Amino acid sequence: MSATIEKGINALKRQVDSSVAAFFSSCVHCGICAEACLFYTETGDAKRTPINKTEPLRRIWKSEYTLFGRVGKMFGLTRKVTDEMLEEWQELVYDSCTLCGRCSMVCPVGNDIALMIRKTREGMAAAGQAPEGLIGATTRSVTIGSPMGVKWPALAAQIRHVEEDSGLKVPVDQSDVDYMLLLSSMEIMNFPEFIEAMAKIFDKAGVSWTISSEAFEATNSGIQIGVSDIAAELVQRIVDVADKLRVKTVISPECGHAYMAIRWDGPNLVGKPFGFKVRHVLEVLDDLHKQGRLKLAGKDTQRLTYHDPCQISRRGGVIDEPRNLINLFADNFVEMPDGGKMNWCCGAGGGVSANERADEIRLKVFDRKKAQLEEVKPDAIISACSNCRIHLEDGLEEHNMDIPLLSLTETIAEYLSDE
Amino acid sequence: MSEIEILSWARGPGLQIATVIFVAGVVIRIFEILLLGRKANLAEAKGSEMSSGLKTMITRTVPDKTTFKRSSVTIVAGYVFHIGMFISFFFFAPHILFFKDLIGISWPSLPGAVIDACAVISIIALLAVLVNRLTNKVMRFLTNFEDLLTWFLTFLPLITGYFAFHRIGFTAPSLLAAHLLSVELLLVVFPFTKLMHTFTLFLARWYNGAISGYRGVES
Repeated sequence: MSATIEKGINALKRQVDSSVAAFFSSCVHCGICAEACLFYTETGDAKRTPINKTEPLRRIWKSEYTLFGRVGKMFGLTRKVTDEMLEEWQELVYDSCTLCGRCSMVCPVGNDIALMIRKTREGMAAAGQAPEGLIGATTRSVTIGSPMGVKWPALAAQIRHVEEDSGLKVPVDQSDVDYMLLLSSMEIMNFPEFIEAMAKIFDKAGVSWTISSEAFEATNSGIQIGVSDIAAELVQRIVDVADKLRVKTVISPECGHAYMAIRWDGPNLVGKPFGFKVRHVLEVLDDLHKQGRLKLAGKDTQRLTYHDPCQISRRGGVIDEPRNLINLFADNFVEMPDGGKMNWCCGAGGGVSANERADEIRLKVFDRKKAQLEEVKPDAIISACSNCRIHLEDGLEEHNMDIPLLSLTETIAEYLSDE
Repeated sequence: MSEIEILSWARGPGLQIATVIFVAGVVIRIFEILLLGRKANLAEAKGSEMSSGLKTMITRTVPDKTTFKRSSVTIVAGYVFHIGMFISFFFFAPHILFFKDLIGISWPSLPGAVIDACAVISIIALLAVLVNRLTNKVMRFLTNFEDLLTWFLTFLPLITGYFAFHRIGFTAPSLLAAHLLSVELLLVVFPFTKLMHTFTLFLARWYNGAISGYRGVES
C-alpha cells in the first residue's frame, strides 16, 4: 500500500459520521437518484448514477464502521479501496458531478448524496486522484490567492477603470464598514461591471463598504477539489481581514460555490463561529430594498427567466430573494420548469468548469438546460453566478441559441431610481 | 422430524432465536450509527435543524412531480408492495392474535378477503419490482447479490402466507411451518442487510432535512 492511498483511506475514514452511516444503511438501490442527475439523464450511462459515485466512501464505511463489515474484513471478504479503483472513480466523482444536490432532494430514503460525493472527494484528493485542472486551480489559490492567478494589481486596475467610468469611489481597505465585498476571479477578469454595479448600489443606499487588497477572492478551490485543510486556509484569509477591518457583514458575490464555502462551510472549516455575518449579495440587496434603501424605477418588458445557481438556491437557501428582486423590475417574468430549489444545474459547477478533461461532458449535459429553455423561450436569462453565466453562454453558443445572459446585481444597478 | 415437530420448533425456539437476533441486531445497528456522532454546525443558521428534520421525515414520503414522472414504475410498484405488505402483515386476524400473545396488545382486524386481496396485490407488485430491477438500466447496474437475496426473503413470507391461507398443496401444519420459518429467516437476515432501511430511513431523512433546513431550504 503506497503512502498516498493510505492517506486517501484515512481521509475517507475521517468523513464517516452518523449522517453518512444512516445514509449508507438506508440505500435500497432504487436508482431514483439517477433520474435527478443531468449527468445520467443526458448520457444514459448507468455508472453515472449519483449513489454509485460514493462507492469508495461506502466501502470504507462498510468495512470500518459496521459490525458485519468488520467481521467480513477479518476474513478478507470486504471490497477494498485501491489506487486503481479511485482512478476509475475520478471521472465519476469529479467530471460527472457538480455537487448540485438534486439527487439529495429526491432520494426516497433521504440520503444527502451530494454531501456523500463531496466527502468522497476528500479521500480522492488525499490519494492524489484529483483532476489536473482542479489541482492547478487549487495550487494557484494557495500560492497566488486566486484559482485563475489574479493578483491585486489586476483588481486595482479594474477598480481604477470602474472609478473613471462611474465617477464613484471604490473604497479599499477601509475599516469599521458595514460591508466587505468579496469577488470571484471570474468577475474581476470577465465581468468588472459587477464592481461598478455594487459601487452604484451602495452609493445610492448610503452604506459603507470596502474591498480588501489582502483578501478579495471569494472562490475556494479547496472545497471543490475536496481538501479541507486548503479550504480552511482560504477561508481563514478572509476571516483575518474581516476581523482586522472590523466589518459587520462579508458579502459573497455572484458565485455559487464561493457562497457555500464562506457562508455554510467556512465556520466549520476554521473550527469556530465568525465574528461577522456572511450574506450573499442577493440577500443584501433584498434586505436593502426592505429597508427602503434600494429604490428602482422603470420596468423591463422582455420575457425574463431566472436560472437558480445550485449552491445559492438549493444548497444555499437563497431562493426567495432573487424572485423578490426580479419582481421589482420585470414585467414579464417566467419560471423555468422545476425552477427554484429543484432547478437543473447548468452542468459546470463543483469544479467541473476548472477541469478541462470534463469539457465534452459539460457541454453534453447542457442539453438539460437547453430543454428547459426551449420550454420557456425567454428573451433573456438572469442568473447570479458568473460560472453558471459563462457556461450557459458557452452552451447557448454551441447550439446557436441567441439568448443574452444577465447578472441580477448588474440589472438591478441599471434600474436604480434617480430619486 | 414430523411436520408437527417442525411447526412447534418454528413456533417456539425458532421464533425466539429469530426475534432475539432481529431485536439485538437492529439495536446494535442503530447504536452503531448514532454513536458515530456528528459535529455541531458552527455557521449562523437560517432555519431550524430539528423542525426541518422532522418535517422531511414525513414529506420525503411524497415524490416531487418531475421525479414521479421520471421514475413512475419504481415508485408505484414500490408503494403498492410496501402498503399491501403492511396491511396484510398488521391487519390479518391471526397475525393480530400472534402479536397479542407476544406483546399483549391487539387492534381491530380487516376481513380475510381484504387481506387476501392485499397479499395478492403485494405479490404481483413484488414481482413487478423484480422485473423492474432486472430490466431498468440503472437498477440492473446497481443490483448486487444482497438486493436479490432480500427480495427473495421478502417474497417468501408473502407467498407461503398466501399458500397457507388457501391451504394449497400441503397440509395445514406444513404450510404454517413453512410460513413461520420464512418469517424467521427474514428476521435473522434483516439487521445485516438493506432491510434496515425500514428503521434507518427515518434517521437519514432527519439528517437530510436538518442539513438542508439549517440553510433555510425545505428538502
